Amino acid sequence: MKNLNRYGYFFIAPFWLVFLVFSIYPVALTFYYSFTNYTGSGEAQLVGLANYKRLLTDTYFVEAFFNTWKIWGVNFALQMGLALILAMIFSDMRVKLKGIAFFRAIFYLPNLITISSVALLFGILLDWQHGSLNMMLMKLGIISDPINWLNEPTSAQLSISLILTWMWFGHSFIVVMAGVSGISKDYYEAALIDGANRWQTFSKITIPLLKPILLYIMITSLIGGLQLFDLPMLLTDGIGSPDGSLNTMVLYLYNQAFKYNNYGYAAAVAYGLFVITLIFSAFIFKGMYGKERKQPRQV
Amino acid sequence: MIGKTAVDNSLSNSVQKKSVIETKPKRKISIPKLLIYAVLIAMAIICFIPFLMMLVNATRSNEAILSGFTLLPGSAIVENYQTMMSYINIWAGFKNSLIISVLVTLLSGYFSALTAYGFAFYVFKGKNAMFVFMLVMMMVPGQLGLIGFYELCKNLGILDTYIPLIIPAAASPFVVFFLRQYILTTLHPSLIEAARIDGASEFKIFHTIAIPIMMPAIATMSIFTFIGSWNNYIMPLVVLFSPEKFTLPVLMGFLKGSQVAQNLGSMYLGIAISVVPIMIAFLFLSKYIVNSISAGSIKE
Repeated sequence: MKNLNRYGYFFIAPFWLVFLVFSIYPVALTFYYSFTNYTGSGEAQLVGLANYKRLLTDTYFVEAFFNTWKIWGVNFALQMGLALILAMIFSDMRVKLKGIAFFRAIFYLPNLITISSVALLFGILLDWQHGSLNMMLMKLGIISDPINWLNEPTSAQLSISLILTWMWFGHSFIVVMAGVSGISKDYYEAALIDGANRWQTFSKITIPLLKPILLYIMITSLIGGLQLFDLPMLLTDGIGSPDGSLNTMVLYLYNQAFKYNNYGYAAAVAYGLFVITLIFSAFIFKGMYGKERKQPRQV
Repeated sequence: MIGKTAVDNSLSNSVQKKSVIETKPKRKISIPKLLIYAVLIAMAIICFIPFLMMLVNATRSNEAILSGFTLLPGSAIVENYQTMMSYINIWAGFKNSLIISVLVTLLSGYFSALTAYGFAFYVFKGKNAMFVFMLVMMMVPGQLGLIGFYELCKNLGILDTYIPLIIPAAASPFVVFFLRQYILTTLHPSLIEAARIDGASEFKIFHTIAIPIMMPAIATMSIFTFIGSWNNYIMPLVVLFSPEKFTLPVLMGFLKGSQVAQNLGSMYLGIAISVVPIMIAFLFLSKYIVNSISAGSIKE
Protein backbone atom coordinates (compact mmCIF):
# COMPACT_ATOMS: atom_id res chain seq x y z
CA MET A 1 0.00 0.00 0.00
CA LYS A 2 1.28 3.47 -0.81
CA ASN A 3 2.27 5.71 2.02
CA LEU A 4 -0.65 7.88 3.04
CA ASN A 5 1.10 9.68 5.87
CA ARG A 6 1.63 12.83 3.82
CA TYR A 7 -2.14 13.36 4.24
CA GLY A 8 -1.38 14.23 7.85
CA TYR A 9 -0.09 17.60 6.66
CA PHE A 10 -3.33 18.30 4.78
CA PHE A 11 -5.35 17.60 7.88
CA ILE A 12 -3.40 19.92 10.15
CA ALA A 13 -2.60 22.63 7.58
CA PRO A 14 -5.73 24.82 8.03
CA PHE A 15 -5.23 24.84 11.78
CA TRP A 16 -1.61 25.92 11.51
CA LEU A 17 -2.32 28.56 8.90
CA VAL A 18 -4.92 30.25 11.12
CA PHE A 19 -2.90 29.61 14.27
CA LEU A 20 0.26 31.18 12.87
CA VAL A 21 -1.54 34.23 11.50
CA PHE A 22 -4.02 34.97 14.31
CA SER A 23 -2.30 33.59 17.42
CA ILE A 24 1.45 33.31 17.09
CA TYR A 25 2.11 36.34 14.93
CA PRO A 26 0.13 38.71 17.23
CA VAL A 27 1.96 37.36 20.29
CA ALA A 28 5.31 37.88 18.56
CA LEU A 29 4.30 41.33 17.27
CA THR A 30 3.23 42.34 20.78
CA PHE A 31 6.64 41.20 22.04
CA TYR A 32 8.33 43.41 19.43
CA TYR A 33 6.14 46.41 20.34
CA SER A 34 7.05 45.99 24.00
CA PHE A 35 10.55 47.23 23.07
CA THR A 36 9.24 50.25 21.14
CA ASN A 37 7.44 53.52 21.81
CA TYR A 38 4.71 52.73 19.27
CA THR A 39 1.61 54.92 19.64
CA GLY A 40 -0.73 53.27 17.14
CA SER A 41 0.30 55.43 14.19
CA GLY A 42 3.58 56.38 12.55
CA GLU A 43 6.86 54.51 12.97
CA ALA A 44 7.65 52.37 15.98
CA GLN A 45 11.06 53.27 17.40
CA LEU A 46 13.08 50.81 19.42
CA VAL A 47 13.61 52.00 22.98
CA GLY A 48 15.30 48.94 24.46
CA LEU A 49 14.11 47.91 27.90
CA ALA A 50 12.64 51.31 28.76
CA ASN A 51 9.05 50.02 28.87
CA TYR A 52 9.98 47.18 31.22
CA LYS A 53 11.94 49.54 33.48
CA ARG A 54 8.91 51.81 33.61
CA LEU A 55 6.69 48.81 34.39
CA LEU A 56 8.68 47.90 37.50
CA THR A 57 8.41 51.40 38.95
CA ASP A 58 4.90 52.20 37.71
CA THR A 59 2.80 52.72 40.85
CA TYR A 60 -0.42 52.27 38.83
CA PHE A 61 0.69 48.85 37.60
CA VAL A 62 1.79 47.81 41.09
CA GLU A 63 -1.54 49.06 42.40
CA ALA A 64 -3.35 47.12 39.66
CA PHE A 65 -1.36 44.02 40.62
CA PHE A 66 -2.40 44.23 44.27
CA ASN A 67 -6.00 45.14 43.43
CA THR A 68 -6.29 42.12 41.16
CA TRP A 69 -4.88 39.88 43.88
CA LYS A 70 -7.11 41.28 46.60
CA ILE A 71 -10.24 40.89 44.49
CA TRP A 72 -9.29 37.41 43.31
CA GLY A 73 -8.03 36.22 46.71
CA VAL A 74 -11.19 37.10 48.65
CA ASN A 75 -13.33 35.63 45.90
CA PHE A 76 -11.32 32.41 45.69
CA ALA A 77 -11.37 31.81 49.44
CA LEU A 78 -15.15 32.26 49.55
CA GLN A 79 -15.82 30.34 46.35
CA MET A 80 -13.68 27.37 47.33
CA GLY A 81 -14.96 27.39 50.91
CA LEU A 82 -18.56 27.27 49.73
CA ALA A 83 -17.84 24.63 47.09
CA LEU A 84 -16.07 22.37 49.59
CA ILE A 85 -18.74 22.76 52.28
CA LEU A 86 -21.42 21.93 49.72
CA ALA A 87 -19.42 18.95 48.47
CA MET A 88 -18.96 17.76 52.04
CA ILE A 89 -22.68 17.97 52.72
CA PHE A 90 -23.74 16.30 49.48
CA SER A 91 -21.17 13.50 49.65
CA ASP A 92 -21.94 12.62 53.28
CA MET A 93 -23.14 9.02 53.38
CA ARG A 94 -25.03 9.58 56.62
CA VAL A 95 -27.18 12.51 55.52
CA LYS A 96 -28.06 11.52 51.93
CA LEU A 97 -29.56 14.72 50.65
CA LYS A 98 -31.96 14.78 47.76
CA GLY A 99 -32.29 17.39 45.06
CA ILE A 100 -28.62 17.69 44.16
CA ALA A 101 -29.47 18.20 40.47
CA PHE A 102 -31.77 21.10 41.33
CA PHE A 103 -29.29 22.85 43.62
CA ARG A 104 -26.41 22.28 41.24
CA ALA A 105 -28.36 23.90 38.43
CA ILE A 106 -29.43 26.92 40.50
CA PHE A 107 -25.94 27.45 41.93
CA TYR A 108 -24.39 27.19 38.49
CA LEU A 109 -26.83 29.46 36.65
CA PRO A 110 -25.05 32.81 37.32
CA ASN A 111 -21.93 31.42 35.64
CA LEU A 112 -23.61 31.25 32.23
CA ILE A 113 -24.80 34.84 32.11
CA THR A 114 -22.84 37.31 30.00
CA ILE A 115 -20.47 39.13 32.35
CA SER A 116 -21.23 42.52 30.85
CA SER A 117 -24.93 41.97 31.61
CA VAL A 118 -23.98 40.91 35.14
CA ALA A 119 -21.85 44.04 35.55
CA LEU A 120 -24.66 46.27 34.30
CA LEU A 121 -27.21 44.56 36.50
CA PHE A 122 -25.12 44.94 39.63
CA GLY A 123 -24.19 48.47 38.65
CA ILE A 124 -27.82 49.51 39.05
CA LEU A 125 -28.71 47.06 41.84
CA LEU A 126 -25.84 48.42 43.96
CA ASP A 127 -26.66 52.06 43.22
CA TRP A 128 -26.37 54.22 46.30
CA GLN A 129 -29.74 55.98 46.32
CA HIS A 130 -31.92 54.05 43.89
CA GLY A 131 -30.38 50.60 43.97
CA SER A 132 -32.68 47.71 44.85
CA LEU A 133 -30.12 46.18 47.22
CA ASN A 134 -30.00 49.18 49.56
CA MET A 135 -33.77 49.56 49.33
CA MET A 136 -34.31 45.92 50.20
CA LEU A 137 -31.82 45.95 53.10
CA MET A 138 -33.44 49.09 54.50
CA LYS A 139 -36.91 47.62 54.18
CA LEU A 140 -35.75 44.51 56.02
CA GLY A 141 -34.24 46.73 58.70
CA ILE A 142 -30.70 45.38 58.22
CA ILE A 143 -29.25 48.83 57.53
CA SER A 144 -30.66 52.24 58.39
CA ASP A 145 -28.80 54.38 55.85
CA PRO A 146 -28.00 53.49 52.25
CA ILE A 147 -24.46 52.18 51.70
CA ASN A 148 -22.54 53.68 48.82
CA TRP A 149 -21.12 50.31 47.72
CA LEU A 150 -19.27 51.44 44.64
CA ASN A 151 -17.92 54.70 45.96
CA GLU A 152 -15.52 53.45 48.61
CA PRO A 153 -12.42 51.39 47.67
CA THR A 154 -12.86 48.51 50.13
CA SER A 155 -16.57 48.01 49.56
CA ALA A 156 -16.15 48.35 45.78
CA GLN A 157 -13.47 45.64 45.74
CA LEU A 158 -15.51 43.49 48.07
CA SER A 159 -18.53 43.93 45.79
CA ILE A 160 -16.57 42.56 42.83
CA SER A 161 -15.22 39.67 44.92
CA LEU A 162 -18.74 38.77 46.00
CA ILE A 163 -20.13 39.01 42.46
CA LEU A 164 -17.32 36.72 41.29
CA THR A 165 -18.09 34.30 44.11
CA TRP A 166 -21.76 34.37 43.13
CA MET A 167 -20.75 33.59 39.56
CA TRP A 168 -18.21 30.85 40.23
CA PHE A 169 -18.95 28.85 43.39
CA GLY A 170 -21.51 26.71 41.56
CA HIS A 171 -18.97 25.86 38.88
CA SER A 172 -16.36 24.91 41.49
CA PHE A 173 -18.97 22.86 43.32
CA ILE A 174 -19.75 20.85 40.17
CA VAL A 175 -16.07 20.21 39.50
CA VAL A 176 -15.41 19.20 43.13
CA MET A 177 -18.44 16.88 43.08
CA ALA A 178 -17.14 15.29 39.88
CA GLY A 179 -13.91 14.59 41.72
CA VAL A 180 -15.75 13.26 44.77
CA SER A 181 -17.82 10.86 42.66
CA GLY A 182 -14.54 9.45 41.33
CA ILE A 183 -13.37 8.48 44.82
CA SER A 184 -14.04 4.84 45.64
CA LYS A 185 -16.90 4.34 48.10
CA ASP A 186 -14.76 1.73 49.90
CA TYR A 187 -12.71 4.49 51.57
CA TYR A 188 -15.81 6.07 53.04
CA GLU A 189 -17.24 2.77 54.19
CA ALA A 190 -13.95 1.89 55.87
CA ALA A 191 -13.91 5.30 57.56
CA LEU A 192 -17.49 4.80 58.72
CA ILE A 193 -16.62 1.40 60.23
CA ASP A 194 -13.53 2.85 61.91
CA GLY A 195 -15.72 5.47 63.55
CA ALA A 196 -14.26 8.51 61.79
CA ASN A 197 -16.36 11.66 62.20
CA ARG A 198 -17.46 13.89 59.35
CA TRP A 199 -14.55 16.28 59.59
CA GLN A 200 -11.97 13.45 59.74
CA THR A 201 -13.51 11.73 56.75
CA PHE A 202 -13.47 14.99 54.83
CA SER A 203 -9.98 16.18 55.77
CA LYS A 204 -8.19 12.81 55.69
CA ILE A 205 -9.90 11.15 52.71
CA THR A 206 -11.74 13.60 50.49
CA ILE A 207 -9.27 16.51 50.44
CA PRO A 208 -6.06 14.50 49.81
CA LEU A 209 -7.71 12.49 47.04
CA LEU A 210 -9.09 15.65 45.46
CA LYS A 211 -5.69 17.32 45.18
CA PRO A 212 -5.44 17.17 41.37
CA ILE A 213 -8.97 18.57 41.00
CA LEU A 214 -8.30 21.34 43.52
CA LEU A 215 -5.11 22.20 41.64
CA TYR A 216 -7.08 22.37 38.40
CA ILE A 217 -9.68 24.72 39.92
CA MET A 218 -7.03 26.89 41.50
CA ILE A 219 -4.95 27.35 38.36
CA THR A 220 -7.89 27.97 36.03
CA SER A 221 -9.39 30.37 38.57
CA LEU A 222 -6.09 32.18 38.98
CA ILE A 223 -5.55 32.55 35.24
CA GLY A 224 -9.13 33.82 34.87
CA GLY A 225 -8.81 36.05 37.93
CA LEU A 226 -5.61 37.71 36.74
CA GLN A 227 -7.44 38.57 33.51
CA LEU A 228 -10.28 40.29 35.35
CA PHE A 229 -11.62 42.96 33.01
CA ASP A 230 -15.35 43.04 32.22
CA LEU A 231 -16.62 43.67 35.75
CA PRO A 232 -14.31 46.54 36.77
CA MET A 233 -14.64 48.04 33.28
CA LEU A 234 -18.43 48.22 33.40
CA LEU A 235 -19.22 48.59 37.12
CA THR A 236 -17.72 52.06 37.49
CA ASP A 237 -16.20 54.56 35.07
CA GLY A 238 -13.87 52.14 33.26
CA ILE A 239 -10.61 53.59 34.58
CA GLY A 240 -10.70 52.00 38.02
CA SER A 241 -12.76 54.35 40.21
CA PRO A 242 -13.22 54.70 43.15
CA ASP A 243 -9.69 55.81 43.99
CA GLY A 244 -8.09 53.40 41.53
CA SER A 245 -9.33 50.46 43.60
CA LEU A 246 -10.91 48.68 40.61
CA ASN A 247 -7.90 49.24 38.39
CA THR A 248 -6.96 45.66 37.46
CA MET A 249 -4.01 44.58 35.31
CA VAL A 250 -5.98 43.87 32.13
CA LEU A 251 -8.06 47.03 32.58
CA TYR A 252 -4.78 48.94 32.84
CA LEU A 253 -3.50 47.18 29.71
CA TYR A 254 -6.69 48.02 27.80
CA ASN A 255 -6.69 51.67 28.85
CA GLN A 256 -2.99 52.14 28.14
CA ALA A 257 -3.44 50.76 24.63
CA PHE A 258 -6.87 51.84 23.46
CA LYS A 259 -7.54 54.90 25.60
CA TYR A 260 -4.10 56.55 25.84
CA ASN A 261 -2.54 55.03 22.69
CA ASN A 262 0.56 53.83 24.55
CA TYR A 263 0.76 50.64 22.51
CA GLY A 264 4.43 50.00 23.25
CA TYR A 265 3.98 50.32 26.98
CA ALA A 266 0.73 48.33 26.96
CA ALA A 267 2.60 45.52 25.19
CA ALA A 268 5.10 45.47 28.05
CA VAL A 269 2.16 45.36 30.51
CA ALA A 270 0.83 42.30 28.65
CA TYR A 271 4.16 40.51 28.98
CA GLY A 272 4.44 41.55 32.63
CA LEU A 273 1.04 39.99 33.23
CA PHE A 274 2.11 36.84 31.40
CA VAL A 275 5.26 36.44 33.49
CA ILE A 276 3.26 36.98 36.69
CA THR A 277 0.76 34.30 35.64
CA LEU A 278 3.58 31.85 34.88
CA ILE A 279 5.33 32.47 38.19
CA PHE A 280 2.22 32.00 40.30
CA SER A 281 1.06 28.93 38.38
CA ALA A 282 4.50 27.41 39.04
CA PHE A 283 4.18 28.28 42.74
CA ILE A 284 0.81 26.56 42.99
CA PHE A 285 2.16 23.45 41.25
CA LYS A 286 5.10 23.33 43.60
CA GLY A 287 3.00 24.02 46.67
CA MET A 288 0.58 21.23 45.84
CA TYR A 289 2.98 18.58 44.61
CA GLY A 290 6.10 19.56 46.56
CA LYS A 291 4.39 18.58 49.82
CA GLU A 292 3.12 15.33 48.42
CA ARG A 293 6.63 14.07 47.79
CA LYS A 294 7.66 14.67 51.38
CA GLN A 295 4.80 12.77 52.91
CA PRO A 296 6.07 9.16 52.60
CA ARG A 297 9.21 10.06 54.51
CA GLN A 298 7.19 11.37 57.44
CA VAL A 299 5.24 8.13 57.78
CA MET B 1 -13.58 7.66 26.01
CA ILE B 2 -12.05 9.21 29.09
CA GLY B 3 -14.65 11.96 29.01
CA LYS B 4 -17.34 9.39 28.37
CA THR B 5 -16.35 7.18 31.28
CA ALA B 6 -16.56 10.15 33.62
CA VAL B 7 -20.13 10.75 32.53
CA ASP B 8 -20.88 7.04 32.79
CA ASN B 9 -19.40 6.96 36.30
CA SER B 10 -21.57 9.78 37.52
CA LEU B 11 -24.58 8.13 35.91
CA SER B 12 -23.90 4.78 37.51
CA ASN B 13 -23.29 6.50 40.84
CA SER B 14 -26.64 8.18 40.77
CA VAL B 15 -28.24 4.86 39.88
CA GLN B 16 -26.52 3.27 42.86
CA LYS B 17 -27.62 6.05 45.15
CA LYS B 18 -31.20 5.67 44.03
CA SER B 19 -31.25 1.94 44.68
CA VAL B 20 -29.77 2.47 48.16
CA ILE B 21 -32.43 5.02 49.00
CA GLU B 22 -35.22 2.78 47.76
CA THR B 23 -34.15 -0.34 49.62
CA LYS B 24 -33.86 1.38 53.00
CA PRO B 25 -37.02 1.94 55.02
CA LYS B 26 -38.07 5.58 55.18
CA ARG B 27 -36.88 7.35 58.31
CA LYS B 28 -38.15 10.56 59.83
CA ILE B 29 -36.31 13.61 58.56
CA SER B 30 -33.93 14.72 61.31
CA ILE B 31 -33.53 18.29 62.52
CA PRO B 32 -29.94 18.78 61.25
CA LYS B 33 -31.13 17.63 57.85
CA LEU B 34 -33.93 20.18 57.90
CA LEU B 35 -31.43 22.87 58.86
CA ILE B 36 -29.17 21.93 55.96
CA TYR B 37 -32.12 22.11 53.57
CA ALA B 38 -33.06 25.51 54.97
CA VAL B 39 -29.52 26.80 54.38
CA LEU B 40 -29.43 25.35 50.87
CA ILE B 41 -32.75 26.90 49.96
CA ALA B 42 -31.59 30.23 51.37
CA MET B 43 -28.48 29.98 49.19
CA ALA B 44 -30.61 29.16 46.15
CA ILE B 45 -32.72 32.25 46.85
CA ILE B 46 -29.62 34.44 47.19
CA CYS B 47 -28.39 33.04 43.88
CA PHE B 48 -31.61 33.86 42.16
CA ILE B 49 -32.66 37.14 43.78
CA PRO B 50 -30.58 39.45 41.52
CA PHE B 51 -32.38 37.91 38.54
CA LEU B 52 -35.73 38.25 40.29
CA MET B 53 -35.07 41.94 41.00
CA MET B 54 -34.10 42.35 37.35
CA LEU B 55 -37.29 40.73 36.07
CA VAL B 56 -39.53 42.65 38.46
CA ASN B 57 -37.89 46.01 37.81
CA ALA B 58 -38.07 45.44 34.05
CA THR B 59 -41.83 45.71 34.38
CA ARG B 60 -41.83 48.85 36.56
CA SER B 61 -41.66 52.46 35.53
CA ASN B 62 -38.65 54.62 36.37
CA GLU B 63 -40.63 56.54 39.01
CA ALA B 64 -41.81 53.34 40.69
CA ILE B 65 -38.25 51.99 40.89
CA LEU B 66 -36.96 55.26 42.34
CA SER B 67 -39.70 55.39 44.95
CA GLY B 68 -39.13 52.03 46.59
CA PHE B 69 -38.42 48.34 46.58
CA THR B 70 -40.92 45.59 45.90
CA LEU B 71 -40.96 42.11 44.44
CA LEU B 72 -44.39 42.63 42.86
CA PRO B 73 -44.31 43.27 39.11
CA GLY B 74 -45.49 46.60 37.68
CA SER B 75 -47.25 47.38 34.43
CA ALA B 76 -44.77 49.57 32.54
CA ILE B 77 -43.10 46.86 30.49
CA VAL B 78 -44.39 48.16 27.13
CA GLU B 79 -43.28 51.75 27.85
CA ASN B 80 -39.88 50.47 29.01
CA TYR B 81 -39.52 48.47 25.82
CA GLN B 82 -40.40 51.44 23.62
CA THR B 83 -37.99 53.73 25.47
CA MET B 84 -35.17 51.23 25.13
CA MET B 85 -35.83 50.49 21.46
CA SER B 86 -35.87 54.20 20.62
CA TYR B 87 -32.18 54.35 21.56
CA ILE B 88 -30.74 50.95 20.74
CA ASN B 89 -31.88 47.96 18.74
CA ILE B 90 -31.21 45.11 21.12
CA TRP B 91 -32.40 42.46 18.67
CA ALA B 92 -29.71 43.53 16.20
CA GLY B 93 -27.14 42.85 18.92
CA PHE B 94 -28.83 39.55 19.51
CA LYS B 95 -28.66 38.61 15.83
CA ASN B 96 -25.00 39.68 15.57
CA SER B 97 -24.03 37.63 18.62
CA LEU B 98 -25.95 34.64 17.31
CA ILE B 99 -24.34 34.77 13.84
CA ILE B 100 -20.84 35.07 15.28
CA SER B 101 -21.29 32.40 17.96
CA VAL B 102 -22.84 29.86 15.59
CA LEU B 103 -20.09 30.32 12.99
CA VAL B 104 -17.39 30.20 15.67
CA THR B 105 -18.85 26.96 17.04
CA LEU B 106 -19.04 25.34 13.60
CA LEU B 107 -15.53 26.40 12.57
CA SER B 108 -14.02 25.38 15.87
CA GLY B 109 -15.78 22.00 15.83
CA TYR B 110 -14.94 21.08 12.25
CA PHE B 111 -11.33 22.26 12.04
CA SER B 112 -10.45 21.00 15.49
CA ALA B 113 -11.77 17.56 14.53
CA LEU B 114 -9.76 17.72 11.31
CA THR B 115 -6.58 18.67 13.15
CA ALA B 116 -7.13 16.15 15.94
CA TYR B 117 -7.58 13.38 13.36
CA GLY B 118 -4.39 14.43 11.56
CA PHE B 119 -2.43 14.36 14.80
CA ALA B 120 -3.92 11.07 15.92
CA PHE B 121 -3.69 8.83 12.85
CA TYR B 122 -0.77 9.92 10.68
CA VAL B 123 2.95 9.70 11.23
CA PHE B 124 4.87 12.62 9.80
CA LYS B 125 7.95 14.64 10.44
CA GLY B 126 7.72 17.20 13.23
CA LYS B 127 4.40 15.88 14.51
CA ASN B 128 5.39 15.60 18.16
CA ALA B 129 7.20 18.93 18.17
CA MET B 130 4.13 20.63 16.68
CA PHE B 131 1.84 19.00 19.20
CA VAL B 132 3.99 20.04 22.15
CA PHE B 133 4.26 23.57 20.77
CA MET B 134 0.48 23.72 20.50
CA LEU B 135 0.13 22.61 24.14
CA VAL B 136 2.56 25.29 25.27
CA MET B 137 0.65 27.96 23.35
CA MET B 138 -2.51 26.73 25.06
CA MET B 139 -1.17 28.12 28.34
CA VAL B 140 -0.76 31.62 26.90
CA PRO B 141 -3.57 33.95 28.01
CA GLY B 142 -5.59 35.63 25.26
CA GLN B 143 -4.63 39.15 26.31
CA LEU B 144 -0.96 38.57 25.58
CA GLY B 145 -1.40 39.04 21.85
CA LEU B 146 -4.20 41.61 22.04
CA ILE B 147 -2.17 44.58 20.81
CA GLY B 148 -0.50 42.61 18.03
CA PHE B 149 -3.88 41.20 17.06
CA TYR B 150 -5.36 44.68 16.77
CA GLU B 151 -2.42 45.87 14.64
CA LEU B 152 -2.69 42.79 12.41
CA CYS B 153 -6.39 43.41 11.82
CA LYS B 154 -5.71 47.08 11.13
CA ASN B 155 -3.06 46.19 8.53
CA LEU B 156 -5.30 43.56 6.92
CA GLY B 157 -8.15 46.08 6.80
CA ILE B 158 -10.52 43.76 8.67
CA LEU B 159 -11.25 46.01 11.66
CA ASP B 160 -14.97 46.61 12.21
CA THR B 161 -15.80 43.32 10.49
CA TYR B 162 -16.65 39.93 11.97
CA ILE B 163 -13.62 38.21 10.39
CA PRO B 164 -11.29 38.71 13.41
CA LEU B 165 -14.02 37.38 15.69
CA ILE B 166 -14.81 34.26 13.63
CA ILE B 167 -11.79 33.00 11.67
CA PRO B 168 -9.41 32.53 14.66
CA ALA B 169 -11.86 29.88 15.95
CA ALA B 170 -10.48 27.51 13.29
CA ALA B 171 -7.41 27.20 15.52
CA SER B 172 -8.60 26.21 19.01
CA PRO B 173 -5.74 24.30 20.68
CA PHE B 174 -7.74 23.15 23.67
CA VAL B 175 -10.49 21.64 21.52
CA VAL B 176 -7.89 19.91 19.33
CA PHE B 177 -6.23 18.48 22.42
CA PHE B 178 -9.53 17.26 23.87
CA LEU B 179 -10.69 15.69 20.58
CA ARG B 180 -7.34 14.00 19.96
CA GLN B 181 -7.46 12.30 23.36
CA TYR B 182 -11.02 11.26 22.61
CA ILE B 183 -10.50 9.83 19.13
CA LEU B 184 -7.36 7.94 20.14
CA THR B 185 -9.39 5.90 22.60
CA THR B 186 -12.62 5.55 20.59
CA LEU B 187 -11.51 4.92 17.00
CA HIS B 188 -9.44 1.81 16.33
CA PRO B 189 -6.93 2.13 13.45
CA SER B 190 -8.13 -1.19 12.00
CA LEU B 191 -11.42 0.48 11.11
CA ILE B 192 -9.50 3.04 9.03
CA GLU B 193 -7.47 0.28 7.37
CA ALA B 194 -10.67 -1.56 6.45
CA ALA B 195 -12.13 1.57 4.88
CA ARG B 196 -8.91 2.14 2.90
CA ILE B 197 -9.04 -1.39 1.53
CA ASP B 198 -12.62 -0.70 0.47
CA GLY B 199 -11.23 2.21 -1.53
CA ALA B 200 -12.41 5.17 0.53
CA SER B 201 -10.32 8.34 0.24
CA GLU B 202 -8.64 9.81 3.33
CA PHE B 203 -11.06 12.73 3.59
CA LYS B 204 -14.04 10.47 3.00
CA ILE B 205 -12.88 8.28 5.90
CA PHE B 206 -12.62 11.37 8.06
CA HIS B 207 -16.09 12.62 7.13
CA THR B 208 -17.97 9.33 7.25
CA ILE B 209 -16.18 7.44 10.03
CA ALA B 210 -14.18 9.79 12.27
CA ILE B 211 -16.65 12.68 12.52
CA PRO B 212 -19.63 10.55 13.66
CA ILE B 213 -17.46 8.82 16.25
CA MET B 214 -16.17 12.14 17.56
CA MET B 215 -19.62 13.76 17.66
CA PRO B 216 -20.26 13.41 21.43
CA ALA B 217 -16.93 15.05 22.22
CA ILE B 218 -17.49 17.75 19.59
CA ALA B 219 -20.91 18.47 21.11
CA THR B 220 -19.40 18.79 24.59
CA MET B 221 -16.77 21.23 23.40
CA SER B 222 -19.31 23.11 21.26
CA ILE B 223 -21.35 24.09 24.30
CA PHE B 224 -18.35 25.79 25.86
CA THR B 225 -17.17 27.31 22.60
CA PHE B 226 -20.62 28.78 22.04
CA ILE B 227 -20.94 30.16 25.58
CA GLY B 228 -17.40 31.55 25.43
CA SER B 229 -18.06 33.30 22.15
CA TRP B 230 -21.49 34.57 23.22
CA ASN B 231 -20.04 36.10 26.41
CA ASN B 232 -16.81 37.44 24.89
CA TYR B 233 -16.50 41.13 25.61
CA ILE B 234 -12.95 42.41 25.16
CA MET B 235 -12.35 41.18 21.58
CA PRO B 236 -15.48 42.65 19.94
CA LEU B 237 -14.96 45.77 22.07
CA VAL B 238 -11.51 46.25 20.56
CA VAL B 239 -12.37 45.22 17.00
CA LEU B 240 -15.85 46.69 16.34
CA PHE B 241 -16.69 50.41 16.06
CA SER B 242 -20.09 50.68 14.39
CA PRO B 243 -23.00 50.38 16.85
CA GLU B 244 -25.09 48.41 14.34
CA LYS B 245 -22.39 45.71 14.31
CA PHE B 246 -22.06 45.44 18.09
CA THR B 247 -22.51 42.07 19.76
CA LEU B 248 -24.80 41.79 22.75
CA PRO B 249 -22.08 42.21 25.43
CA VAL B 250 -20.65 45.31 23.71
CA LEU B 251 -24.16 46.65 23.22
CA MET B 252 -24.71 46.23 26.98
CA GLY B 253 -21.68 48.41 27.65
CA PHE B 254 -22.98 50.90 25.08
CA LEU B 255 -26.35 50.88 26.86
CA LYS B 256 -24.68 51.98 30.08
CA GLY B 257 -23.20 55.08 28.48
CA SER B 258 -26.35 55.96 26.51
CA GLN B 259 -29.41 57.94 27.56
CA VAL B 260 -31.31 54.74 28.29
CA ALA B 261 -29.35 54.70 31.56
CA GLN B 262 -31.60 57.56 32.73
CA ASN B 263 -34.58 55.24 32.67
CA LEU B 264 -33.93 52.40 35.09
CA GLY B 265 -36.93 50.36 33.99
CA SER B 266 -35.65 50.28 30.41
CA MET B 267 -32.16 49.43 31.61
CA TYR B 268 -33.47 46.44 33.57
CA LEU B 269 -35.52 45.36 30.58
CA GLY B 270 -32.50 45.55 28.27
CA ILE B 271 -30.44 43.46 30.66
CA ALA B 272 -33.31 41.01 31.07
CA ILE B 273 -33.59 40.53 27.31
CA SER B 274 -29.87 39.71 27.17
CA VAL B 275 -30.14 37.25 30.06
CA VAL B 276 -33.47 35.43 29.77
CA PRO B 277 -32.77 33.44 26.55
CA ILE B 278 -29.66 31.95 28.17
CA MET B 279 -31.71 31.02 31.22
CA ILE B 280 -34.31 29.31 29.06
CA ALA B 281 -31.62 27.40 27.13
CA PHE B 282 -30.08 26.37 30.43
CA LEU B 283 -33.43 25.07 31.66
CA PHE B 284 -33.35 22.45 28.90
CA LEU B 285 -29.60 21.82 28.79
CA SER B 286 -28.65 22.02 32.47
CA LYS B 287 -28.10 18.30 32.97
CA TYR B 288 -26.00 18.05 29.83
CA ILE B 289 -23.94 21.13 30.68
CA VAL B 290 -23.29 19.95 34.24
CA ASN B 291 -22.15 16.54 32.98
CA SER B 292 -19.89 18.21 30.42
CA ILE B 293 -18.20 20.31 33.10
CA SER B 294 -17.68 17.19 35.21
CA ALA B 295 -16.25 15.26 32.26
CA GLY B 296 -13.99 18.13 31.21
CA SER B 297 -12.44 18.52 34.64
CA ILE B 298 -11.89 14.82 35.33
CA LYS B 299 -9.98 14.51 32.07
CA GLU B 300 -7.47 17.22 33.07
